[in-house]
Amino acid sequence: MSKKTYIQAITDALRLELGSDDRTLLFGEDVGKNGGVFRATDGLQAEFGEDRVFDTPLAESGIGGLSIGLALEGFRPIPEIQFLGFIFETLDSIAGQMSRERFRMGGTRHMPITIRSPYGGGTHTPEMHADSLEGYLAQIPGLRVVTPSNPYDAKGLLIASIRNNDPVFFLENLKLYRSMKADIPDEAYTVPLDKAAVVREGTDISLIAYSAQVNQSLKVAEKLAKEGISAEVIDLRTLSPLDEETILKSVEKTGRAVAIQEAQRQAGIAANVAALIAEKGALYLSAPVGRVYAPDTVYPFGLAEDDWLPAEDEIEAKTREILTY
Amino acid sequence: MDNEQPIVDFSAIHDALGKNFEPVQVIDGQAKVVKPEIVAKYTNDQLVEFLKLMIWERTLHQRSNALTRQGRLGFYAPTEGQEASEMGSNSAMKSTDVLMPAYRDIPQLIQHGLPVYKAFLWSRGHVLGNEYPEDLHAMPPQIIIGAQYVQAAGVALGIKKNKTADKVAYTYTGDGGTSQGDFYEGMNFAGAFQAPAVFIVQNNGYAISVPRRKQTNARTLAQKAVAAGIPSIQVDGMDFLAVHEVTKAARDYAIAGNGPVMIETLTYRFGPHTNAGDDPKRYRTKDEEQPWFDNDPLIRYRKYLTEQGAWSEAQEDDYVEQVKADIKAAVKQADDAPKQKITEFLSNVFEEQPQNIQQQITAYQAKESK
Repeated sequence: MSKKTYIQAITDALRLELGSDDRTLLFGEDVGKNGGVFRATDGLQAEFGEDRVFDTPLAESGIGGLSIGLALEGFRPIPEIQFLGFIFETLDSIAGQMSRERFRMGGTRHMPITIRSPYGGGTHTPEMHADSLEGYLAQIPGLRVVTPSNPYDAKGLLIASIRNNDPVFFLENLKLYRSMKADIPDEAYTVPLDKAAVVREGTDISLIAYSAQVNQSLKVAEKLAKEGISAEVIDLRTLSPLDEETILKSVEKTGRAVAIQEAQRQAGIAANVAALIAEKGALYLSAPVGRVYAPDTVYPFGLAEDDWLPAEDEIEAKTREILTY
Repeated sequence: MDNEQPIVDFSAIHDALGKNFEPVQVIDGQAKVVKPEIVAKYTNDQLVEFLKLMIWERTLHQRSNALTRQGRLGFYAPTEGQEASEMGSNSAMKSTDVLMPAYRDIPQLIQHGLPVYKAFLWSRGHVLGNEYPEDLHAMPPQIIIGAQYVQAAGVALGIKKNKTADKVAYTYTGDGGTSQGDFYEGMNFAGAFQAPAVFIVQNNGYAISVPRRKQTNARTLAQKAVAAGIPSIQVDGMDFLAVHEVTKAARDYAIAGNGPVMIETLTYRFGPHTNAGDDPKRYRTKDEEQPWFDNDPLIRYRKYLTEQGAWSEAQEDDYVEQVKADIKAAVKQADDAPKQKITEFLSNVFEEQPQNIQQQITAYQAKESK
């Protein structure tokens, strides 16, 4: 066991998988000598050589296409898209190509590609650097969308993603990179894909969140516990496809649910969660499903970020509202 | 001040752009040998095999056209006029090379190993048409213009990393495709990695209705490779031997570890863009078309080999009948393909089925067993 930050856990996972499978390749903009703009790939080129860890020209669509071609030649590509806001440049490679190949070719080819990309607000980045675009990605059949909320899951989910034979979009929360530390095992381990985690058990209400909002929800649950309110907190971990069983089981127990996301309200993950509960768990409910989200504007200018992002008090207020409905 | 000489003469720079591209030709439109030293490398029997490839493609086109009209094929992008460009280049490649085709490159895909009935199933919209055995080194026809170029760069880099000798990635697009960002990104990536790729542009004059001259201010499409720092060439795309020899040289250059090459073939799409309602009369004139029809790649090779006493009308008739019989058998085989099932589609979204897929497989199994 070693104490590691969220980003160190990611580097650790990458190092272990580069070391254990010589078909893995890590590449992207500035990931080589520079070790990535956040240092997620720090030291990996020095350790594994330029053949395995390399910089690409500055073109996201090229990075996506390169991944597909390398997968065809038997490699397991781990490309980095420097910021999630840059995926629009390579959406064809993701949505139009790699996610479709297994289906398109009747299972005769597959694409073991793990795309890593940082996202999430609160660090005052320029435009297109902090947007939560997981809602777009969740509509793509054949693509898993995975995001960890803590260092343990960051390492285990990333290793599971790299070992999976289908494309995974792995979202790394910028704000969590260095703000969280935890003791995690030194050896390789996996955290299962397609499985949500009940990170705090409770009986009165289900707070269903992912990424940074899991930690906010845990704080709210802690606060409410002092008043004798028992909130269950679920970390989705895989955003698409959803772990329906875990969500429904929780709502069956609590009868109340709040779905929480940092993204704008329209067409996001929380909408999928609410729709699932409406479709398959409506009769469990004693109150409408609550949702916490950002307003439906473009991601705001840096100085307004803290006013725009859904904060802990909004989760608390919404939770109280649904509890007393 | 107005009369002062500017520091740079942009007009002169512009005038010089792309002037160094002279299309390579071996046998001209009148069947006259322009480069006897190239023709001398081949026996008449070998040249007959080349002619037969073009006749095969033309026959495949004619039958595909007819089958589409009868409603027996689905999507079809006519290839007539592009036989020298397509067969000339493809025949210079090896079956172990990786082909990344677009939707007009079905003849190359078949010559690379895709059974004709599978090509027909692809046209109809049946997944069996895309189920490729391990040893078919190709991807299904790309629909998104230019996407195959960035993927070809990846395949080529993979070949280099695998240290596989005597193997390249090769890919095709049209003149319109050269306007896409992926076209340049693919060439630039392959160039930066010095990866063995051959990028072929079939300049057939039109991107559906938009003529080549409206795609770009560039004098040639070949010069677009210059910016990526890779060598390129223009070739008479109606001249099989010229295309074949240029492609062979490109392949040799790439496998020697020099990096990628780009080839622009100057050809013409005799027919419509696809058989889904495109009418070339809306955007081009008979006066423009006729010289190209006269420049038919089959005419010059048929004429040359007939003059050599190596080919005859009777031989051609026999061969065409044989090709037609093969196509007929392929249609029959395509007709025998089983109906597609939604459960099978669902099973091929992921290797390990998540809950939503499992639930939907169960639901559709119930429907399909009725």
